[in-house]
Amino acid sequence: MKVVLENLTKRYPSRNKRAAGDVIAVDHFTFEIPDGKLVGLLGPSGCGKSTTLNLISGLTKPTEGSIYFGDEDVTKMAPEHRGVGLVFQNYALYPHLTVMENITFPLENLKGKAKLPKAERERRAREIAALVQIDSLLDRKPSELSGGQQQRVAIARALVKMPRVLLLDEPLSNLDARLRLQTREEIKRIQKETGITTVFVTHDQDEAMSISDLIVVMKDGVVQQIGAPQAVYDDPANLFVARFLGTPPINVFEGCVKKEKLYIGGKRVLDVEGADDGEVLVGIRPEGFLPDEKGSFSCTLSGIEVMGRDVSIVSTHKASQNATVRAIVPSELGINTASSEVSFSLKPSKVYLFDKETERRIGFAFEGDNDTQKESSVGFVGKILGQLFKRGGK
Amino acid sequence: MEKRNLKAWLYLLPAILFLGIFMIYPLIDVLIYSFEEGYNSTSETYFGIGFYNYSYVLNDPYFLQAIKNTLILVGITVPISTVIAIAISVCLSSIKKLRNLFQTVYFLPYVTNTLAVGLVFMLLFKPTDYSPGFVNLLLGVFGMTPVDFIEGPYWAKMFVLCFYTVWVVLPFKILVLTGALASVKEDYYNAARLDGTSSFRIFRKITLPMISPTVFYLIITGFIGAFKAYNDAVALFGTELNVAEMNTIVGYIYDRLYGEGGGYPSFASAAAIILFVIVLTITCINLLISKKHVHY
Repeated sequence: MKVVLENLTKRYPSRNKRAAGDVIAVDHFTFEIPDGKLVGLLGPSGCGKSTTLNLISGLTKPTEGSIYFGDEDVTKMAPEHRGVGLVFQNYALYPHLTVMENITFPLENLKGKAKLPKAERERRAREIAALVQIDSLLDRKPSELSGGQQQRVAIARALVKMPRVLLLDEPLSNLDARLRLQTREEIKRIQKETGITTVFVTHDQDEAMSISDLIVVMKDGVVQQIGAPQAVYDDPANLFVARFLGTPPINVFEGCVKKEKLYIGGKRVLDVEGADDGEVLVGIRPEGFLPDEKGSFSCTLSGIEVMGRDVSIVSTHKASQNATVRAIVPSELGINTASSEVSFSLKPSKVYLFDKETERRIGFAFEGDNDTQKESSVGFVGKILGQLFKRGGK
Repeated sequence: MEKRNLKAWLYLLPAILFLGIFMIYPLIDVLIYSFEEGYNSTSETYFGIGFYNYSYVLNDPYFLQAIKNTLILVGITVPISTVIAIAISVCLSSIKKLRNLFQTVYFLPYVTNTLAVGLVFMLLFKPTDYSPGFVNLLLGVFGMTPVDFIEGPYWAKMFVLCFYTVWVVLPFKILVLTGALASVKEDYYNAARLDGTSSFRIFRKITLPMISPTVFYLIITGFIGAFKAYNDAVALFGTELNVAEMNTIVGYIYDRLYGEGGGYPSFASAAAIILFVIVLTITCINLLISKKHVHY
C-alpha cells in the first residue's frame, strides 16, 4: 500500500495568546511513500516528524492537505478505520495483560463478520509472535520482559491485525546501544518479510541511514530532503542536511570563491569549476581529508584519537565554525604526531559549498579522483536546488 | 553492624515511644478491659476474668441493632459511593470545558462545615411546622405520600443515613480517582483507539485495571470508614441513637462509656474488640479478593 501525503500541514494555535501566529508543526509536506518500503523520518526534536506520524495514523487531524492510502482518501477517516499499526515510543503495552493478551487485544475488537474465534485469534498471535521471535514469552507480563522484548511485543501487537501501514515512533530510543543495533536489523527483517509499508520516526541519523529505503530529513516542520540514505549523505541539499547526517559531523569552514578557486582562511585549497565568486560556507566530511605533507589545507594539530580501524585526527583551524576539525583517515597512514601542523589534501567529492545566506548547496564540478571523466559532485537534487538559487539570486 | 543497629533504633525511638504510649498500650488495655468482669471504674476493681462482657454485649438488643445498622450502612454505601465516584471522575476526565468548575463543585462537601451540612439535610428531609421538608414536597409533586425521614419508619431513616454517608464520602473518592485517571498514560488510550476498541471495552479492559490499586484503596478505606461511622448518625438523628434505632457500633461503644447507659468500660471494650475483629476479617477478605483483580 503506497501512502501519499499531499500538502499536509498541521498548525497548532499558539499557547501564548499575545504572540501572534500559530505554531506550524508540519508545513506543506508532500511525499509519496512507495509500496512496501521502509521510510525513516529524520530530524532533531521538535521538527514535526512525530506529528507527521500521528497525522498518518489519524490520531491528529491535519489543518490542511490530504492523505491517501493507495487511492483511498483517508484524510477524514477515523484512526480505527485506517488500518494502521502504530508502535509507540514507550511501547504502551498494557501492563496488566500477558504478552498473549496484549497481542490478541486488537483482534478481540473485531466485530460482526470479521469476528474471530478465540482459537483463531491465538493462532494468529502465535504466528506473529514467531515472526518477531517472542513465542516463548507469551505467558509473561510486560514488566517481566527486557526492553528489546517489549519492543517486539509492541511490534507484534501492531502487526497482528495486518495493518496496511506500520508506523514506528522512535522505536529504538528506549533500548541500549547494543540492543539498538540488533533491533534495527530485526525491524528491517520483519518489514521485509511482511512487506508492509513502514514509516518510522527517529532523531538518530545512524538508525535512519542503516535500515531505511528512503529517508526524509525534516527541520521546523519543513521537509529538507528526501532520498535514499546514501544519496542524501553524498548529496545534501543544504547545510542543515549536511550537518545532520554523518558521525562525526561534517566540518564547516568559512571560505570564499574567486575565479572558480576555493579559498579557506586565505589559502587556495580546491578548484571549483562553475561556482560563482563570493563568500561561501564550505562543508568537508571527515573522510574528505587526506593527510598529505604537500597538501594545501593545513590545520593546527591538537591530538589523535585511535578508533581501531580508523584514526581520528583532531585539529583546529581559524576559519572553522566547529570548535575542532575532525578528519577520519585509515590507521595505516602514518601521522606525524610530533609536528604541530598537519596538512591535508581534499577529496573534492567530499567537499560541499553552501551559500552563506541561504545555506543552500552551490554546485561545482571537479576533476574526478580516479576517473578521467569529469563528474559532478552535485546530484540531481543539488543541481536543481543550485539552479533555483542562482536564478533567485539574479 | 551492631553499632548501626543501635543507631537505627535510636532514630526509631520517638515514633516507637509515641505509638507505644498512644496506640499499642491502649489497644492492649482495651483487650484486658474486655475480659475483666464487673469492672468498676471508680474503685478500679473487678470480680473475675472471663467472657461475660462478650456474651452480655452480644445479647444486648441495642448492640445487635447497632451491628445490623452498621452492616446495612457498609453494604449499601461502600459499593454505591465507589461506583458513583468512578462514574463521576471518568466523566470529569473526559470533559475539557468547565472541568475545574465541576471538580470544585464536587469537592465542596469535603470542605464544608458538618453543621452547615446537617442544616441542609434538615431542610431536605425534616418536616417542620411550616413545611414537610423539600424531599417530601418533591414526593408530593409525584403524588406520593410524605414520609417522616428523621423520626419516621426505619427504612426512611436508614435511607437518609446512607444518602448522607454516600454524599459525604464522595468528594474524597472523586478527588483521588481523578488523580488516578490522570496518571493513566494517553498512549494506552491512543493504542486502544487505533485498534478500534469500543469506549466501554477501553474502560473495562484498560482504564479500570489501570486504576484498580486506587479503587481498591478506596474500597478498603471505605469499608473501615463506614464501620467506624458514628458522627453522621448523630448529625442527623441526635444523640439518642438507641431510641431512634439508628445506633452504630461505634455509637454503642460511646454510649457504653459516656452515654445514658454509660460507665461500663468493659462492655465498651468488648464491643470495640468485636468491631476490630469484624473490620480485620473484612479487610483480609478484601485483600484476598484483590490479589486477582488489582494490577500494580
